[in-house]
Amino acid sequence: MKHTISVLVENHSGVLSRISGLFSRRGFNIESLAVGPTENPEVSRITIIADGDDHTVEQIEKQLNKLIEVIKVKSFRPSDCMARELMLLKVSATAEKRQEIMTICEITESKVIDLTVNTMTLEICDKYDHLVKFVSLLEPYGIVEMVRTGTIAIQRGNETITK
Amino acid sequence: MKMSASKAMVECLKAEGIDTVYGYPGAAICPFFDALLDEENTIRNILVRHEANGGHAASGFARMRGTPQVCIATSGPGAVNLITAIATAYADSIPIIAITGQVATEQIGSDAFQEADITGAAEPFVKHSYLVKDANEIPRIFKEAFYIAGSGRPGPVLIDVPVDVQKAMIDFSYPKSVKIRSYKPTIKGNFMQVKRVAKALKNAKRPLICIGGGVFASNACEEVRKLSEIMDIPVITTMMGISCFNDEDRLFFGMIGTHGVKSANAAANDCDTLLLVGARVGDRAVKTPLALEESTTIIHMDIDPAEIGKNIGTDIPLVGNAKDVLSQLLEQVEPMKHDEWVEHLEKYRKPRKFPKAKKGTVDPRQFIEKLSAAMPADTTVVADVGQNQIWAATSYKLKPGGRFLTSGGMGTMGYSLPCAMGAKMACPDRTSLQICGDGSFQMQFMEMATCVQYGVNVKIVVMTNNRLGMVRELQDIGFNGRKVSVFLDGSPDFVKLAAAYGIPAMRVTDTRSMNKAIDALAGEDRLMLVEVCVDEDAPTL
Ligand SMILES: Cc1ncc(C[n+]2csc(CCOP(=O)(O)OP(=O)(O)O)c2C)c(N)n1
Ligand SMILES: [Mg+2]
Repeated sequence: MKHTISVLVENHSGVLSRISGLFSRRGFNIESLAVGPTENPEVSRITIIADGDDHTVEQIEKQLNKLIEVIKVKSFRPSDCMARELMLLKVSATAEKRQEIMTICEITESKVIDLTVNTMTLEICDKYDHLVKFVSLLEPYGIVEMVRTGTIAIQRGNETITK
Repeated sequence: MKMSASKAMVECLKAEGIDTVYGYPGAAICPFFDALLDEENTIRNILVRHEANGGHAASGFARMRGTPQVCIATSGPGAVNLITAIATAYADSIPIIAITGQVATEQIGSDAFQEADITGAAEPFVKHSYLVKDANEIPRIFKEAFYIAGSGRPGPVLIDVPVDVQKAMIDFSYPKSVKIRSYKPTIKGNFMQVKRVAKALKNAKRPLICIGGGVFASNACEEVRKLSEIMDIPVITTMMGISCFNDEDRLFFGMIGTHGVKSANAAANDCDTLLLVGARVGDRAVKTPLALEESTTIIHMDIDPAEIGKNIGTDIPLVGNAKDVLSQLLEQVEPMKHDEWVEHLEKYRKPRKFPKAKKGTVDPRQFIEKLSAAMPADTTVVADVGQNQIWAATSYKLKPGGRFLTSGGMGTMGYSLPCAMGAKMACPDRTSLQICGDGSFQMQFMEMATCVQYGVNVKIVVMTNNRLGMVRELQDIGFNGRKVSVFLDGSPDFVKLAAAYGIPAMRVTDTRSMNKAIDALAGEDRLMLVEVCVDEDAPTL
């Protein structure tokens, strides 16, 4: 099962390596990891998508909490949070295929951000499942290159990670 | 006050009450050593003969004093040599502060001479670490390091200081308090959980307490003893919990585990409610946690929430500092009697019978048992790793006030002599008795020089079986007797080796020499060595 784990950490050098090291050393599988600053410049937020049963995730949370620079750990159920990921994707597109791809973009609410004689570069920001679908729609045209940020997530409603 | 950062580092140690450090110098840590010289009357610097031993000595010192203690190494090879000690301390939750020199700030990352990314390399084994980039941070970092190492679940903290940072001038004042927003160990137990535990213990027909190293980390021996006494609950221990109870205690049934004693393992099998105190249920202590968890109500008391539910399912978790939580619990409990249960366990206690030893040898267990009867009550026994460790753990009959130290979690050969050295320096009035094998002795005998140089009285006992005995036994049992790389041919004559260091030594080969050696070991407090010749095929249990 996939779990979304949000971690607030002190914005110190070396924090990320402590966290990624902890995952590999304890045999936890990371699917994606995204990190960036928060409203407080001293604090960074890491969103981790990890695979494992409930026992594993409980251990992940507890072990993360033991790191001195970890301020807060919270894991979200999919229904509790909104999750997004940004993807840039370069697809083969000769002149005659462009219109079809434009239609896909329109329906998936993605954008064309670059164009050459034989490729189109698309940008999409959506939830994980939608990105998977988006990729499958474009596969027939030939995907040249793809880059993703990893998922970030925030809670629904008034709730925040620190409550 | 304006001063060099290295002087400030020394001031930090003074402020933390450090009177002994175990260091090994090199270029990248020279400014700090130079500053230590100015304070040599306040802080003894003990030149160990290998950095790992400095770490182990600090560990022994810390375990006896109950406060974080300091080891020092230079950059690169010195720092890397220290890793074994850091990992050993981490596995047993021992508070040590490792201070390492580092190449100059502007050289970091350039593969400079003797550069090693020690904060990176040691990361899996530290509770926390610092690479000091700004000398002005030194007072705060040292204050935090000591606090982190010694509080919550204790553990090693590493401070890596580039040589140019050591030389910088700073304005020094030592902080009075620490503020780390992300680090707040739970000390008191949740009141409702404490009540649940009290009720579960009250309802139990066959309750049992299993103690681990956490009882020492939180100085909770007295509280566990009270609980056991008031509620008439038998007690067993992991290897790390040995010596909280002693072998004269009516309710104590010994060490649990693969290498444990029958009475302890039977107690674990037959109990209906098990209270774990500061014990993490490691695989050597409990081989089949699933079976135990199905048949027993498990109450798990630990300061580290991550230990709860990690190795064994728990019915009642209780997070907090053992001393505090047990005090809370003591307010909730009433006197009970479990005569039938205690009598049941008594049946498993059998006096040891020793087979006649082969000519030229003595039975190691008999030797240790006899020795323990003669030694002063408050002896600190430090066991190494291997058969000798189990012989010591199960045959040394502790008296009230005795203390047992060993590397439990990591099982690091070579731990015992430096640890015994540190323990002796921490408590000069107690006898320090070290027990090791002929294999492990050869990983640490260089520290005899340190003992001689600084007049540290350790009673060294080497169990010679000409084998890496523990592995030999594993090969005999698990590999059809195909013995490989366990023969210690080429070992020196240990009695002569000790003599080369000017250390009096004797060899035990029969009952007469055994009695003579025991008299000497139990007698005058001095540095000495006894080699005990034991059968190469002597079993561990
Ligand atoms: C540093 C280290 N290397 C290897 C081992 C594996 N090991 C465990 S016990 C043992 C044999 C120890 O031999 P010795 O010190 O002679 O003790 P004995 O078992 O013979 O009493 C070995 C090699 C270890 N625990 N630590
Ligand atoms: Mg041996």
